[in-house]
Amino acid sequence: MRDTKTVTLADGSTQVDTVYQTIPNFSFLNQDSTFINNETFKNKVYVADFFFTSCPSICPIMHRNMKKVYEEYSSNPEVAFLSHTIDFKYDKPSVLKRYASKLGVDDKKWQFAYGSKEEIYTIAEKSYLVSVTIDSTQKGMYVHQGWLVLVDKDRRIRGAYDGTDAKQVEQMAKDIPVLLAEYK
Amino acid sequence: MLCSLLSICYSCHREVGGSLEQDMYYTNGRDLYVQHCQNCHGEKGEGLENLIPPLTDTAYLKQNRNMLACYIKNGMEGKIVVDGRTFDEKMPDHEEFTDIDLAQLIVFITNAYGNNQGMYSTTDAAKDLQNCK
Repeated sequence: MRDTKTVTLADGSTQVDTVYQTIPNFSFLNQDSTFINNETFKNKVYVADFFFTSCPSICPIMHRNMKKVYEEYSSNPEVAFLSHTIDFKYDKPSVLKRYASKLGVDDKKWQFAYGSKEEIYTIAEKSYLVSVTIDSTQKGMYVHQGWLVLVDKDRRIRGAYDGTDAKQVEQMAKDIPVLLAEYK
Repeated sequence: MLCSLLSICYSCHREVGGSLEQDMYYTNGRDLYVQHCQNCHGEKGEGLENLIPPLTDTAYLKQNRNMLACYIKNGMEGKIVVDGRTFDEKMPDHEEFTDIDLAQLIVFITNAYGNNQGMYSTTDAAKDLQNCK
């Protein structure tokens, strides 16, 4: 299932085309307390997810799997990673910095974004299509889906993979060069 | 003659790794591990970089053997040194684990991943839980 639109070609015939889910303008503080935005990911395909540093459930396995892909593409400047924290109370930039360095990814390739509840939760649900909620009955308090969302150089979502499933993440690692090849 | 044969058999049996009870605890403990612990501590007990410690540091497990039930049930925080590295994060609690759950999990962890520390019973767990700080 995909969103589609009908386009009219130069010769007057019509064709059905895909309407891609596109990421809007964003601006967040990163782990170095500097602002990152869409320009930061210009000319790159990137993998986006939503997590929080004190997450007791799915985040460790998501990031374990994501780190493998990060290492695989470590020498490719066209591939980047963007993790948004959904814990706006605790995961301030300095906390994100500590997390990044302990995870062993303290560089510009993997950005950790901090924003207000409204900004982060809105972009998660409306743009990246990842569900995020606060539930005080849940251990860890914040609840979110484990999607790794693959975004192309035109800010369009091209894939979503379950970050807790090593096989799906392997598939994502295989899909990345296919995506990059579109731009050659 | 019979006595010495029997004692050889008995010691062979013990060296090979213990009783049926320990094997049962190990198997159940592994199921608990996959369900509750693997996400963080990894499929091979490797942990996660410098965020989550591995479970392969046999010396650490031996030294802290009587605290393991407390750590698992009540969680833990503060600086620890595992595998020569310092970790300073918070492990969540598992209040819902019964004494037998803890014992089974501890038998698994202390006998998997290159560890070989023998049986740990439900009674051991109950006793150790009395001394949690």
